[in-house]
Amino acid sequence: MLGRTANGLYWMFRYIERAENIARLVDAGLRVSLTRAGSSDEDWHGVLESAGVREAYSEVHDKLTAADAIDYLLRDSANPSSVISCIEAGRNNARMVRTALTRETWEATNEAWIDLKARLSRKLRAADMPELIDGIKHRCGLIRGAFHGSMLRNEIYNFARIGTFIERADNTSRILDVKYYVLLPSVSQVGSALDNMQWESILRSVSAHRSYGWVYDGDYQSANIADFLILKVQMPRSLAYCYEKIVSNLGYLATDYGQRHKAHETADAIRAILKRGSITEVMDQGLHEFLEDFVYRNNQLSAEISQGYRFYQ
Amino acid sequence: MLTAENLPRPPYKNYHEWYAAQDTAHLIRKTQDAENIFRKTGITFAVYGHADSSEKLIPFDIIPRIISAREWRKLAQGIEQRVLALNAFLDDIYHKQEIIKAGRIPRELIERNVAFLPEMIGFKPPGGVYTHIVGTDIVRTGEDQFYVLEDNARTPSGVSYMLENRETMMQMFPELFTLNKVQRVEDYPRLLRQSLAAVAPPGCKGKPRVAVLTPGIYNSAYYEHSFLADQMGVELVEGSDLRVLDGKVQMRTTRGYEPIDVLYRRVDDDFLDPLTFRADSALGIPGIMDVYRAGNVTIANAPGTGICDDKAIYSYMPEIVEFYTGRKALLENVPTWRCSEPASLKYVLENIADLVIKEVHGSGGYGMLVGPTATKKERSDFAEKLAARPSNYIAQPTLALSTVPIFVNKGIAPRHVDLRPYVLVSDKVKIIPGGLTRVAIKQGSLVVNSSQGGGTKDTWVLED
Repeated sequence: MLGRTANGLYWMFRYIERAENIARLVDAGLRVSLTRAGSSDEDWHGVLESAGVREAYSEVHDKLTAADAIDYLLRDSANPSSVISCIEAGRNNARMVRTALTRETWEATNEAWIDLKARLSRKLRAADMPELIDGIKHRCGLIRGAFHGSMLRNEIYNFARIGTFIERADNTSRILDVKYYVLLPSVSQVGSALDNMQWESILRSVSAHRSYGWVYDGDYQSANIADFLILKVQMPRSLAYCYEKIVSNLGYLATDYGQRHKAHETADAIRAILKRGSITEVMDQGLHEFLEDFVYRNNQLSAEISQGYRFYQ
Repeated sequence: MLTAENLPRPPYKNYHEWYAAQDTAHLIRKTQDAENIFRKTGITFAVYGHADSSEKLIPFDIIPRIISAREWRKLAQGIEQRVLALNAFLDDIYHKQEIIKAGRIPRELIERNVAFLPEMIGFKPPGGVYTHIVGTDIVRTGEDQFYVLEDNARTPSGVSYMLENRETMMQMFPELFTLNKVQRVEDYPRLLRQSLAAVAPPGCKGKPRVAVLTPGIYNSAYYEHSFLADQMGVELVEGSDLRVLDGKVQMRTTRGYEPIDVLYRRVDDDFLDPLTFRADSALGIPGIMDVYRAGNVTIANAPGTGICDDKAIYSYMPEIVEFYTGRKALLENVPTWRCSEPASLKYVLENIADLVIKEVHGSGGYGMLVGPTATKKERSDFAEKLAARPSNYIAQPTLALSTVPIFVNKGIAPRHVDLRPYVLVSDKVKIIPGGLTRVAIKQGSLVVNSSQGGGTKDTWVLED
């Protein structure tokens, strides 16, 4: 396979994953403003921060308002991480690697682009938000479904999956890092109403507020939430799960090519940390430091993969 | 579709009966279905210079154009003769130049032409083939009467539409293909791959590795490039994927560099090799011309083929065909005035309202004047440009083109069309029975180019 094709697949799936994650973040933000009396536009600070665009936002907007933040996150094409930019970039990458995709996967991607471009070209109204957010998740889900149901399990599949999980791990760790302080052990074991709301918002941004209940018997506890999102390998958006997938897909490539790269060592090392640790250890070391270090290593792995597999000249 | 007596022409007989039994509302729905298929699949092209430049659909007409086996055979013979003459002409122009020595073509017309590449002088491309893929533009004026409008011998596009149009028709109207015996076009990608492999360079050991070279996703014909690579089962590469290593053109894969033997390039000559041609080209491969000349890669079509489909050369085609085949050209040329000749220029300026005037190096329907439909002001503006640079233009009469039916919301309406059959040249010549029929969608219009709002339809060549 061409190095450029591997690169295109990797980024196509990073962008599709990112589009969906941004939609979840906006969803969680909207939820907070609905449920909390006296919520303010300031709540969107954290959302912009989790999306990694807070600084870029303040360069184009003097004030922070909910409407502007939502607009910036969903439909501002000047924001490279907005949903519309991600869908556009994902689809451009898909066009570039079209010969590597099944017709179903390509068409799901192309139709997502046609549909979301039309929906996001209109000014957003608060009343349309739930349907729009659902629409974005739905379209991304269709791409994933078409991909799963129709693609051969070969190197094409592996590069796409690695892109998905590098992006997802990056997202989950950012969401946690922005809110790490609300997860720090507090004096009282039971969280305040405010804590509960914050915690639920974290879980919502990874669509895990229901599944958390099944695993931890309902009660919101900061350590459990951190455990769920970082170490719980059953949780499909946890760092541990992402690294299980990254390691196994890199493993298939190594077997297929008969060659291991630096990326393999790095991925194994990160996975070992996530497998061995307990959440108490992580919290003792410092949650923020742990997450900062993780984001750094995850980026490093991405760079090593693109080097090992000759993504660029 | 109908004769003067309002009866269906013989090849349309079965179709006509079927059509008479259809309900118009149903056909309108089918037209929308077709559009959805094209949009969903992303069968689009880009129009340069548009604000929303990205992607447009080409209007698709659901009524096929039908050609009888007999008429096709005649046409195919003429095309084959013409394509063989083009290759012989190129070989001569880059070697002995006998046609110039014989005084049949002026020397300066060749040597001052930008499409003539001195780098090709004395070089014989693998298999002696210059134009591996040709798309000859043809118009029909009446029963068995065909004229060649243009010989597209560089990188003719549109073949993906020929294939997708057929695919779409078979999906929408399967019953029509039991009522009519239509010759297959679906083999084109397989034949193309075979044809490219058959002209592998002498330096190729083993099975030839073929790739399609595209300028990238922003090129107007990108869809076609990816479609052909996909259908042939070969890599779609960009200049940045390739480099010259160990005297071969190699592509950067996830496992390292791997050689390519035959490159079907959809990049113009100018951009092919920044070391030989335009130094600012980011689309090409530095040093590929050296590899080519050393016999380690085949470039299809060969660099420098543009000299044979230049509009100024076109007017010499009857002489060219006769010179190399020893026979009169089977297909007619449209009478052409070369504005570089003073007497012709005078005639053209005097009769501008009746002529079509084209730029010698232009393509895609840009920079042309259709006299009969132009306004007075357009004509006088164009006359000024023409007088300023006469050698840049040629002029042709507007032909009394035959029309074919298209489907409009009220039913059937006549429109002008042309036809581009596709020809593959390797050790043999293969002409795909069918081609791309382009339609001037606007009533009365003669311009069929997609960049100017033209549409397409499926083209059927019937079996005997």
